[in-house]
Amino acid sequence: MKLKRNVAVSENGFLFNPETGDSFIVNPIAKEILNYLKEGYDIEKINQLILDRYEVDLVTLEKNMEDFLKMLQHNELLDR
Amino acid sequence: MEKPKFNIAVTGLNNTDNPGPGIPVIRGLKESKDFDVRIIGLAYENLEPGIYMRDLVDKTYQIPYPSSGKEAVLERIEYINSKENLDFIIPNLDAELYTFIQSKEKLEKMDIRTFLPTMQQFEERHKANLNEYGEKYGIKVPLSKSITSRRDIDELKEDFEYPLLVKGKFYDAYLAYTPEQVNTHFNKISAKWGLPVIIQEFIRGTEVNVIALGDGHGNTVCAVPMRKQYITDKGKAWGGITIKDEKMLELTRNLIRQTKWRGGMELELIKTNQNEYFLIEINPRIPAWVYLAVAAGQNLPEALIKLAFGMDVPNYSEYEVGKMFIRYSFDLIGDIAQFGSLSVTGEM
Repeated sequence: MKLKRNVAVSENGFLFNPETGDSFIVNPIAKEILNYLKEGYDIEKINQLILDRYEVDLVTLEKNMEDFLKMLQHNELLDR
Repeated sequence: MEKPKFNIAVTGLNNTDNPGPGIPVIRGLKESKDFDVRIIGLAYENLEPGIYMRDLVDKTYQIPYPSSGKEAVLERIEYINSKENLDFIIPNLDAELYTFIQSKEKLEKMDIRTFLPTMQQFEERHKANLNEYGEKYGIKVPLSKSITSRRDIDELKEDFEYPLLVKGKFYDAYLAYTPEQVNTHFNKISAKWGLPVIIQEFIRGTEVNVIALGDGHGNTVCAVPMRKQYITDKGKAWGGITIKDEKMLELTRNLIRQTKWRGGMELELIKTNQNEYFLIEINPRIPAWVYLAVAAGQNLPEALIKLAFGMDVPNYSEYEVGKMFIRYSFDLIGDIAQFGSLSVTGEM
């Protein structure tokens, strides 16, 4: 699962999809995940990085991660 | 080398909440580094805002509505030409295009050029012919049907599901959920724009548009896709953004290649959630959001003039993605003497 190559995420968490013209504001953790996706990390690795950095249990993280990825997919931000 | 200077007449100075393309076209022309322009505004009404924008429009003349007949329009153009020595006319409104396309030879005799689609190109893309157009050029289009009488409304249920769109032949489109609503819209539209009224299948999705310029030989000189971000209650874009969409560009290039389109155009498309594109309308002229294309790197009005005068036209293959336009309203201050001059003499 990879973020589309031309999707831009700015330092302040502003995300722009040049294919659709949609823009979004994401929180710092979402921005971090998006940057990992952009670098090509797989979900397992991203989960591990988040678990290491934040106080969160695996079940909660996986549930939230799944919701977030669905949202990215719905908004045409991921490569199919 | 000295730059050439062209006297260019431009219509569509109605820079209102339903804006004509005149003013943004003029802004594009004035930004040309390769030629200078003197702009002659052609106005139908005394209160078209462009008339009062003296930094953009050098002189304005009133012209008769196209409904007054081709001869009346040409007579007026002849007079204006005797005063201004016009080199070129850019008609920017759908309703006047028929007159100007038909008058091509007569204008050329006056030494005035245009760069417009042929009558065949203009006629075949009418909303009423959209089904055949889609079939001929291999483009998905929504089912469309022309109706000329209220009696036709009852029969619509055989071909269409509600909601459906009720459209005027030139402008206006309303969504109707019931035959009663179709009836109301039919009366309103036919009174304003005449018959036929077009009934169109409603396609759910995002409205996206492409502005393009064809050289008349099948080549696409300019093409910029845009998504409307803010739409007024009249359905006009009040804000928009350039997008990167190769499918839209390919569709545009294909269409221009097949039709050998000559002049400016706007394709109105619906992109569905399944990423399918439906062509809902072709506007056979430069759209009012043309200045967004200029700002994104493709000066379409300038390229139009260059094509018409055989100058070198840049190869516009790139444009800046994420460029936005936001319209605003602004109170221009005029003087009753200006209004009076236009009312009495028809020029200002």
